[in-house]
Amino acid sequence: MFSYYLRLALQSLRRNPYLSSLMTLAIALGIGASMTTLTINYLMSSDPIPHKSKQLYYVQLDNWSPYSAAREPNDPPDQLTWRDATQLMSAAKAYRQSAMASSGAVIESGNPDIKPFLASLRLNFADFFPMFDAPFLYGNGWTSNDDDKRVPVIVLSKPINDRLFGGENSVGRYVTIENTQFRVTGVLDNWVLVPRFYDVTTDAFQSVEDVFIPFYFKQTLQLSNGGNTNCWKSPEGEGFEAFLQSECVNFQMWVELPTPADREEYFNYLNAYAEEQKALGRFPRPINNRLSDVMQWMENEKVVADDAQIMMWLAFLFLLVCLLNTVGLLLSKFSTRTSDIALRRAIGASRQAIFTQYILESALVGVLGGLFGLILANVGLIGIRSLYGDFISELATLDFTMISVAILLSILVSILAGSYPAWRACSVPPASQLKNQ
Amino acid sequence: MSQLEIGPILRALLRNKVGALLIALQMAVTMTIIVNAVFIITERAALMQRESGLDEDNTFYLTSTGFGANFESRRVISEDLDLIRNTPGVVDAVQINAIPISGGGWSMSLTTEPGDDVEDVGTANYLVDDHALTTLNANLIAGEPFTASEVRWRARNQPDWPDTAIITRALANSLFPDTPWQETVGKTIYIGDDEPVIIKGIIEKLQAPWIGWENLEHAMLSPERMDTVSARYLIRTEPGDLNTMMATLEATLSDRYPDRIIRDVTTLTDTRERSYRHHSAMIKILSLVMVLLVVITAMGIVGLASFNVNRRRKQIGTRRALGASKAAIIRYFLLENWLISTAGIALGVILTVGLNMALIEWFSVRPLDWYYLPAGIIVFWIIGQLAALGPALKAAKVPPAVATRTI
Repeated sequence: MFSYYLRLALQSLRRNPYLSSLMTLAIALGIGASMTTLTINYLMSSDPIPHKSKQLYYVQLDNWSPYSAAREPNDPPDQLTWRDATQLMSAAKAYRQSAMASSGAVIESGNPDIKPFLASLRLNFADFFPMFDAPFLYGNGWTSNDDDKRVPVIVLSKPINDRLFGGENSVGRYVTIENTQFRVTGVLDNWVLVPRFYDVTTDAFQSVEDVFIPFYFKQTLQLSNGGNTNCWKSPEGEGFEAFLQSECVNFQMWVELPTPADREEYFNYLNAYAEEQKALGRFPRPINNRLSDVMQWMENEKVVADDAQIMMWLAFLFLLVCLLNTVGLLLSKFSTRTSDIALRRAIGASRQAIFTQYILESALVGVLGGLFGLILANVGLIGIRSLYGDFISELATLDFTMISVAILLSILVSILAGSYPAWRACSVPPASQLKNQ
Repeated sequence: MSQLEIGPILRALLRNKVGALLIALQMAVTMTIIVNAVFIITERAALMQRESGLDEDNTFYLTSTGFGANFESRRVISEDLDLIRNTPGVVDAVQINAIPISGGGWSMSLTTEPGDDVEDVGTANYLVDDHALTTLNANLIAGEPFTASEVRWRARNQPDWPDTAIITRALANSLFPDTPWQETVGKTIYIGDDEPVIIKGIIEKLQAPWIGWENLEHAMLSPERMDTVSARYLIRTEPGDLNTMMATLEATLSDRYPDRIIRDVTTLTDTRERSYRHHSAMIKILSLVMVLLVVITAMGIVGLASFNVNRRRKQIGTRRALGASKAAIIRYFLLENWLISTAGIALGVILTVGLNMALIEWFSVRPLDWYYLPAGIIVFWIIGQLAALGPALKAAKVPPAVATRTI
């Protein structure tokens, strides 16, 4: 029976090529627009570390001015001061913890054929690598002992290892930064994080840094500040050390807390720490510390751009227009077939059979529209990539989930669109249209 | 035939409620999207029209990063600036800490009285020397420019500020709302709570680095060069010489010292394009959506109206046979469409305002200006009538003889 209905549906679609292509086009455009924007939103808001995102917490302390909040309405600053970052690290109250900062420096390899170049740096602690599941190609990260003793060690990203050492296992070899020889302890494999959640204070869709070195080298080498530096009062005194001891925030910190009880305990510790600082004359605002897990932090930092969301909602409205359009067109199409239906009913077809046949015809339009819509969505994503430039290119691909969503959505939409017209069609009374033939 | 057949049309519509309802709904949702989209596009386009004040077509910048223990940054910066300024084709150049409209820079808060509990005004800070005004294309409208002798060196992480500053007119107006900007020259302002700075001059226009910032027009120039291994030079060239100068200076500067890297050679045009990219992308995407939407809705109306005409061929023929003119038939269908459109548009106005309110609530969108609604109403009346015109003309062609057949 199914193949018979399918044949009838195809015949019927061919009979009105203008109407059929108009309906298919409408569904395709609606699906294309919705899928393009949905994909962007889905990927922007995807969980970058699903198995652990509920155990990793971003730390915020409110060291801000008594007269105004760091961010309206009453939010603490999105980064920490050097003082707080290093003191929380020394306390080591979490299962794993890493303060961090971004910077840049010139790297010299010692090989005269390779010109020195400027690399992006991440300054972090040993826990950073296991905490964020950094994939190693060669070697490992460094140890906490290296952190404390300020041992010049370095982890290279794969592109930098390719550039400096031609992709060989470079563990144990040296590179020079600011006249200091850093020993390579590990080389990362390709590490794509979308978004690059460990630091979203600037652009959330950058790639991971070129090289990683221990955090305290910020102080040893007086490295420049990457990202945003915000101060509510000027440093007291001059020089690099005055900046480090000031109320200027430029550092991020993550902790790993495996259970809710750990979280509770760590949060209490933060509050006690803030009280301690109040006793020292810092932290003039009421206590306002935050521990946000990965997804809360992404939400807080508005990683999904407003524009992407506005476009998604407009695209859904667009799909609604296409749906209404298709209902209207199906209604017209089916009503030209009343005599046909009446004849079939008169010679014994049940209402259900008529209904099934017409719903199948709508679903066929939906599948065709959906397939065509997927092509349009791909074109749309290419368009978005070219409009927004490189930084979003990691995002703009359709994966299996999105393809299934597209097909299901288009079938759902077309069945929704077809059910009223099909119901109208199957309620044509038998023989009513036969008499004036 | 002078009166309109509203009564019969309404009764006919009531017999085919669903078709009419579908067209009305489709128009309502289409109007909702389009009016809001046009509003967003207009807003974004207005943002993109704002000028930075620079001679953007003829300005570029580059960064020089030195390394190694023997790198003497002060000497290199002074020599670099001399070299750049004496290159034929260059109008002028400065070392600068941040590039207008680039997205990254420094800001400080200023007050008109010392103390930390006074109302403050945020500003972008540019650290420049006595060549700033020509390089930045800044028009000094009051006071004096910086002199070479007042330019000082700022050591790394040195927190204090020079005694003088040149500020933009917009900043002068925000700091001293009750004083005409011409009279603010010579006044003392305080930077970072309590450090006094005297206003030496006022320039007409210079934008801050952050295009999304509410104080985009607030900028303050301080006479100083920065002692840093990573120096950024902003260079203005003679019209038409930009590309040659970019290549020449990159090569000359790189060759001059082996222990430094010249990088990020970028034009202001590229910087503007990158900073405003998400606005221009939004404009393009929304425009495309609007075009597609109008086409789909119009085709939908044409499709349904043609269907209505086909279904009523006999009725039309009968009317024609009873003496109705072609014009009367056309009028009938246009009027029918107008009634449906009007219902759709009425709903559309409500939905448009509703969507705008939702966008205000969830995203940073401004309330719609009132005139968008009447404009939307008129445009959608016209779209509806145009879409119905074809089928109506077709209806008028139905010959009266149709009435006599098949009965």
